[in-house]
Parts: sequence; C-alpha cells; structure tokens
Amino acid sequence: MSIAATRPARHDASTHARAGSRPKRHYGTHIFLVVMAVMWLVPLGWSLFTALRPVASTNEHGYFSVAGDFNFDNFIQAWTQGGFATYFWNSVIITVPAVLLTLFLASLMAFAVSRVNWKFNIALLIMFTAGNLLPPQVLAAPLFEMAKHLEVPYSFSDSGNLLNTYIVVIAIHVAFQMGFCTFVLSNYMKALSADLTEAALVDGAGIWRQYREIIMPLCRPAFAALGTLEVIFIYNDYFWPLLFIQSGNRLPITTAINNLQGQFLSNYNLLAAGAVITVIPTLVIYLLLQRQFVAGLTLGSSKG
Amino acid sequence: MSSTAQELIPPEAREPARARPTKSGRVRRLSGRDKVVLALMVGIPTLIELALVWLPTLMSVGLSFTRWNGLDLADIRSAGADNYQFIAQDYPPFWPAVQHNMLWLLFLALIATPLGLLLAVLLDQNIRGSKIYQSIFFAPVMLSLALIGIIWQLFYQRDNGLLNFLLGTAGTPQAVDWFGDSSVNIWAALVAATWRHAGYVMLLYLAGLKGVDPSLKEAAAIDGANAAQTFFRVVFPAMRPINIVIVVITIIESLRAFDVVYVINRGTNGLEMLSALVIQNLVGEGQVIGVGSALAVVLLVISLVPIVFYLSRTFGKENQA
Repeated sequence: MSIAATRPARHDASTHARAGSRPKRHYGTHIFLVVMAVMWLVPLGWSLFTALRPVASTNEHGYFSVAGDFNFDNFIQAWTQGGFATYFWNSVIITVPAVLLTLFLASLMAFAVSRVNWKFNIALLIMFTAGNLLPPQVLAAPLFEMAKHLEVPYSFSDSGNLLNTYIVVIAIHVAFQMGFCTFVLSNYMKALSADLTEAALVDGAGIWRQYREIIMPLCRPAFAALGTLEVIFIYNDYFWPLLFIQSGNRLPITTAINNLQGQFLSNYNLLAAGAVITVIPTLVIYLLLQRQFVAGLTLGSSKG
Repeated sequence: MSSTAQELIPPEAREPARARPTKSGRVRRLSGRDKVVLALMVGIPTLIELALVWLPTLMSVGLSFTRWNGLDLADIRSAGADNYQFIAQDYPPFWPAVQHNMLWLLFLALIATPLGLLLAVLLDQNIRGSKIYQSIFFAPVMLSLALIGIIWQLFYQRDNGLLNFLLGTAGTPQAVDWFGDSSVNIWAALVAATWRHAGYVMLLYLAGLKGVDPSLKEAAAIDGANAAQTFFRVVFPAMRPINIVIVVITIIESLRAFDVVYVINRGTNGLEMLSALVIQNLVGEGQVIGVGSALAVVLLVISLVPIVFYLSRTFGKENQA
C-alpha cells in the first residue's frame, strides 16, 4: 500500500520542489504494473496461442513450443463443425429482444416513478432494485417448474411446455434486468428539470407525449450506456439458458461452450478457438463502445 | 453476472433535487386518459416483476416446506421443516458449501477488492500508459464467468496447462490438476474469480477517485499529512458511497458465485457452493425440489442482509430528503 499512497499532485507548479524524490517511486509503480499486466494477459494470451495452432502441430511438438504452423483452421472448424454459427445466432435471438424490451419497460416504469408524484413510488423502486440483487438460483426451482407445467400448443413449442423456448429465457432476462435499468433510469430522469414537463403540461401535452417527446430524447446518453451494458450482461449470461434450454442446438454461445469441453475432448486447440470466438463480440463492443460501457458501470456511483 | 449494485445516477444529478411546488397540482391535472396511460406504464412492468421475480421467490419459500419430485403437481406433500433438518444434518455437501461461500467472500474482500483499489490508486496518478494498463486490467470484466472457467481450465490443466509448464512439473508425477484436485481447486477458482473482480473494483474506484474534491487533498497536504495519511484519512473516507457499493457488490458476488464452479465440475469435489447445490437438486435424475428450495431459502436469507443494507443506504436518504 505504500506505493499506492504516493499520489503526486499533477500539473502543479508548487510541488516541483518536492518532485525530485518522486519519479524514483514511479519506477516501482511501473514495475509492479507491468508484472501485474503480464499476469493479467497470460491466460488470454495462452488461449489465443493455443487456438492458433493446429492440433497436429501441438501433438508433434507439444503445447509448450513455438514450432509448427499457425493458422485459423481451429476457428473455421469451430464455426462450421462445432456449431458456433448456430450458437452465435441463438445468442442474437435472445439478446436483441431482451435488451430492447428491458429498456422499453424500464423507461416506462422509471418515467412513472420519477416524473409523477404518488405515494408508492419509493416502495415500487425498492421492489425493483431488490429484485435485481437476488441470486438467480433463489428463483430457479419455481421458475423451472412453472415453465415445465405451463402447457402450450405443440405448434408453439415442440416440448408442449415453455421449456426449451427462447421466449422463457427472454422473459426472465427482462424481468431480472428491468429492476436495475429502472433504478438507473429513474435516477437519470429525476435529475431532469421539472420545468420541462411543466411547460408541456401547460401546452396540454398528455403523459404519453411528455414521455415520448420530452423525456425519451433527453435520456439518450443513459440508453446508450445501459444498452451497451445490458447487451454484455445478457450475452454473457450462463445460468438462465442452462436452466431452461435442454436441446444443445438452441443454446446461446456462452452456455454452449461448456458442452464443448466434452465434445472437443482433449482437442484443447479447438476448445481454445471456441473460447476466443466467444470473446470476440464482447471485445468488439468494448473497443467500439468503451465509453458507453464504462459510463454505464460507473455513472455517478458517487451518489451520496 | 455482474449486474449487481452499480449505483447509477447521471452526473447532472449531483445537485440535490429541487422542490417542485406544483407536485400536488400536477396530479390533479391528470386527465382520465393520462391515468390509464400511467396505470399501464406502472402496471405492466410491475406485473412482470411480481410474476417472474417475487412470486417465484415466495414459491421457493413455500416449496422448501414440501416434499416433491417435480413431476405431478398433485404429488406435493407437506414436509414441515424436514428439508432444513436434512440439509443441516444429513446432507454432506451443505457445510462445505457454506464454508466455501465464506471463503469466497473473504478472498474477494481481503485480496481481490484491495488489489482493485491498489490498481485504481496507482493508475489514478498521472503515469505513462495509464489507459493501456486500465484496458488490460479491465478486459476480464467483459468476459462471462463461464468463459473465464474455460480459459483458466486451459491454463490450469495437468498435462498441457501453462501453469504446470511454468512450474516445471508438466508431464511429471508432481503435476497438479489445479481444477481437479479437491485440495487446491477452490483456490484455483478464486484466483480466476479475482482476475475478474479486481478489474471491476478498479474501474469503480477510478471513477470514485476522480470524484474526490482535490481541495481536500491539498488541505491535508497543507496540514502536513503524508501521502498515506492523506489517502487513508481523507481520500478513502470521502469515497464512502463507492465503498458501500463495493462492499455490497463483493458480498453479493460471493453469494452468486456459480458459473465458474459449475463450468469446472458442476460444483462438486471440493467446489461445493450453495448456488450450485440448489441446481444439483433441481436437475438430473433424482429431483428433490423441497431440498433444493430449502437451500435456495438459505441463500435468500443470507442475501437479504446485504440487500437490506444497500436499500436502506440508498433509499433511506431519499425518504428524509
């Protein structure tokens, strides 16, 4: 912690007198950070390294060597034969509607509890926020049994109930994530001036027009941040599809990679390629929308 | 999943909400149509939340007092507190799971969280390459815990894993199967979880450190405080709201710990966790819904402690204001 506590004032002329002793400590900081950064990158780097080598090379030269070919064959094989194209599409089918519905419903709820004053506002917000903090396993048994015992026409689901359908996974994602989004959006909307909707009221705008034409456009930054965050959360979710979806070819990618451990037995190169493919969408989102993502995670966590 | 307690509010909102003198007047001005619109706006999300989150939670409590194999609804039999007695006395994985959850919490609280804070403090200085370091430490936060299990499996394997190679034990009888050996696998899993948790904590504290008023630090320096004193007596206490969020996230993450252990071996053989035991009792051959629900209720009751703490911190103030 002693290194941690060294906090030179930045760009401050008055501290130049003391600057002489400080740069030395920065070397220590850099050495520590470089060591940590290397340790941080090793597991990812090792996966990528393994994924780029054909299994023939590693069988011949061993995993701990640099000899042999490097190519994308494992990726191509995972995508075509490993079913990754299907899994990836399944992830899209689940993630896109779930995120859109979550944001839409949360924005309705947030608008009602933050822009209109009535006595149950806080109670409702507490209920929504608390719901998001529960461990998902607490609700697993009843939800599973509800899905299993709810009979639907076979034309709708080939299992005759809601198990093995995307609908049930999307619905539970919406219910679970809505609490968090409502909490964030209501804080955001509370901060918008009351005069905005007052003026609209004077003009005779109803509640829906206030929501649609005044509040929604102002919340764009919050939607960008939350949308990015929710795409990652739902894409990365492992548990709900594991619970509800039994046939392997309907699983989204995050849940499906686990099956590959059995399927690609001892072909670690292919498993590594599968892992890297699964990482790619999140990394792309991270690189393109880093600011939104970080904003979503930290937006004013300094609330008092 | 990391969708825990990120407490969010737009930066513009830091000023206290102004009193709105026309509040009561506004409600009265709602037309009939507005009331219908509002009822739908509140009603639909509330109904979904109640039906898919709170009703199942209550049903878990109800089912924990029954005996049921999950097949026919007519077969549900009342069982009193038998399931609780069973898990406490006759269910071997229960107490190890409680210990592992505790260990998970302690490890995250004493190692992963301080490491994240340390990284944040170091990177908050004006050092070269700060953004690059931040991106590196933050990268694992983007990954699902399930994927982290797979990636570390490749690293930890007995014969072809990098770790055994680096230790010089690969291919020898001394090679350790880090995820398979029940005496070490919980620690190996904790290292993998730390890999993600520390980056998350770092990110939140970086935001927190930026929010600390620089004049506080200057005042402390003028009063002759050294760097360590300034940090521990001034800066750290000033980040109280973030500290609360991080305490809650750390506790809740340790209760939710599921994906990593389930990917490794479904939470058995040294990796028993409460959340995994719940699922083991629901799926597979012998479905014992009552026992699974009793475990879920234990998990629920423990979770309510940080949840209530967090909610009273967050909404208590709002009520007073």
